[in-house]
Amino acid sequence: MTVAAAERGTAQSRLRWELLANLVRKDLKVKYQSSALGFIWSLATPLLLLTVYYLVFGFILRNGVPNFAVYLMAGLLPWNAFSTAAVYGCGSVVANANLVKKVRFPTSVLPLSAVGYAAVHFVLQMGVFFAFLALFHRKAFGPQLVLLLPATLVLIVFASGVAILVAALTVRYRDVQHLLEVLLLAWFWLNPVIYGMQLVRAQLLPRGAYWAYFLNPMAGVVTAYQRALYVTPDVPTVVGPQQVLAYHGYGGYLLQLGVGMAVSLVTLAVAVVVFKRMRGDFAEEL
Amino acid sequence: MGQPAISAREVSKRFLIHRKRATSLKERFINRGAQAEEFWAVRDLSLDVEPGETVGLVGANGSGKSTTLKLLAGILQPTSGTVTVNGRIASLLELGAGFNGELSGRDNVYLNASLLGLSRKEVDRHFDDIVAFSELAPFIDNQVKNYSSGMYVRLGFAVAVHIDPDILLVDEVLAVGDEAFQRKCLDKIEQFQRDGRTILFVSHSLELVEQICSRSVVLDHGRVRYIGEPEFATGTLRGILGTDKPRETAVPTIVDDPRGGAYIHGATVSDRPGGEPRSDFFGGEPLSVRVEVEVLDGTDPIGGQVTLIVLGAGDIPIWVMGQDGRGVVPPVPGRYHVDFVVPELPPVVGSFIFAVSVNDPDTDDVLAHARFYETLHFKGNTNLGIVDVRYTAETWRADG
Repeated sequence: MTVAAAERGTAQSRLRWELLANLVRKDLKVKYQSSALGFIWSLATPLLLLTVYYLVFGFILRNGVPNFAVYLMAGLLPWNAFSTAAVYGCGSVVANANLVKKVRFPTSVLPLSAVGYAAVHFVLQMGVFFAFLALFHRKAFGPQLVLLLPATLVLIVFASGVAILVAALTVRYRDVQHLLEVLLLAWFWLNPVIYGMQLVRAQLLPRGAYWAYFLNPMAGVVTAYQRALYVTPDVPTVVGPQQVLAYHGYGGYLLQLGVGMAVSLVTLAVAVVVFKRMRGDFAEEL
Repeated sequence: MGQPAISAREVSKRFLIHRKRATSLKERFINRGAQAEEFWAVRDLSLDVEPGETVGLVGANGSGKSTTLKLLAGILQPTSGTVTVNGRIASLLELGAGFNGELSGRDNVYLNASLLGLSRKEVDRHFDDIVAFSELAPFIDNQVKNYSSGMYVRLGFAVAVHIDPDILLVDEVLAVGDEAFQRKCLDKIEQFQRDGRTILFVSHSLELVEQICSRSVVLDHGRVRYIGEPEFATGTLRGILGTDKPRETAVPTIVDDPRGGAYIHGATVSDRPGGEPRSDFFGGEPLSVRVEVEVLDGTDPIGGQVTLIVLGAGDIPIWVMGQDGRGVVPPVPGRYHVDFVVPELPPVVGSFIFAVSVNDPDTDDVLAHARFYETLHFKGNTNLGIVDVRYTAETWRADG
């Protein structure tokens, strides 16, 4: 009986997938239950963006990159997933103060549920995007799609690390919330979402600092997504043929994802240590 | 076996009270040198709660009861010391189980149980019981934000008791809810006791604590003042609440008498008259209680018969001292010491309090009365009962 009790005691303080899933479900339910269209709203934004970019860059602001909407979305969707996870993760402990102060449970599940919440939206948006690709960009369906697997893995690990870190810090320093928002705005431009990699190469390769660009794990994720979904590295632009993507082959992407994974794991480790150290004070600081 | 359900070792909890709390980085940097006031909500608390025990935590407002409960529940981390918990904890703290107002009662039940470590299947099994117990069947699919506070607590309690906890922590929640529901909760608590589950209970209702707890802990300014019999805990607490000078635990009653009454100034327990005060004794040791009585001046001062009664749980007299001419003070105004001396304590084990009264020797009217909650601890093995009785036992074959 004592053994059973001890087991049940650990069940209460251990992270469980089911609890994580329940919390994600709760967040989705709370967000969408009182709106008539509910979940469809989460798809409206990417659909609208896709349409606008398709029209604007395809017909009005021709920047010469063919299918620019695809290039843009391939980088924008993973970035949005990351930024949603970070922003929701940041407020996750504070928003659940009611639980943290009254129930004994593994609080680290809260930032992870923010990552799960972002992941659900990401998967749905990718679904819409794939439907779009099936209609207008058939060449995306090739073996290079395998790149999505390691890239998504890095995305999940890095997003979890950042979410856990900012979730803990925000409890004590509420400014982190605002700081993060500003930081994310700037961080967005450190990834080749709107611009092509040819610009980065032109600036950084002569200085020997090209590698530094990929210390940002999201840069590795975004370029890998582009290689997988946009597919063609060299495209004709207004200034002539250009290599918009990072590499022709796949090895370069894997190397960069490897670096990104290492940075992500370090981030996650630091985040876990910080979270563990700070969580004891959550209940009193909220 | 033998492992306590909850074990707290020298647990202290310090809160820092910033005059202006640094909740932002800016303030953090600006107020780097600013002094924060320390407040020790709990100090050096050591407590073992055995499986199956029902322990009451009582104390005045701000004595650290709720903080203690949160420390034991693992919601707060102690500043120093350790808390070890063995089993699944369900806690009902401050009127709420952490429900989300936007969700329905049903969703909240599942979410809450999930937080407490149950799988969906386990909740499915208990769900109907939870709804039945909470009496919220018609409202279970309504959003919890539309619930009344009574409904909220009912649902919270229903979840907490149905998730099959090993340890139940209850903080003052039974005060909400109507009589019928309170009765139902108490029945459930009694059933838990019969099942051998551990319960930790915070309440301002001393009667309730006496009624259901097997042991009580009295907290005062974050420190444990007493651990033991709920009846004495209640007494100790009333002593604390009655006066802010912690040493004066006597609560004297003076009966006004125009002729001149009596006043009990105090009583000191020791091993010999005038010796160092002490409270722990073993059977066979000498015990001495010195009572200081003042005969008050008046129209016709009366002396008095001083009586000392050692009381057990429920005010049962264990023994009485001061009759037939022993322990009498003369009818002359002034202060007197009356020494009651027990040369050899009987083999009694337990914690006791005592009461002193001064009576008119002729009419037996009470002139003064005082209860002393500074308890007497007669040490020994309580598992053998409070009296060490000599006996024999023989076994015979009865069927031939």
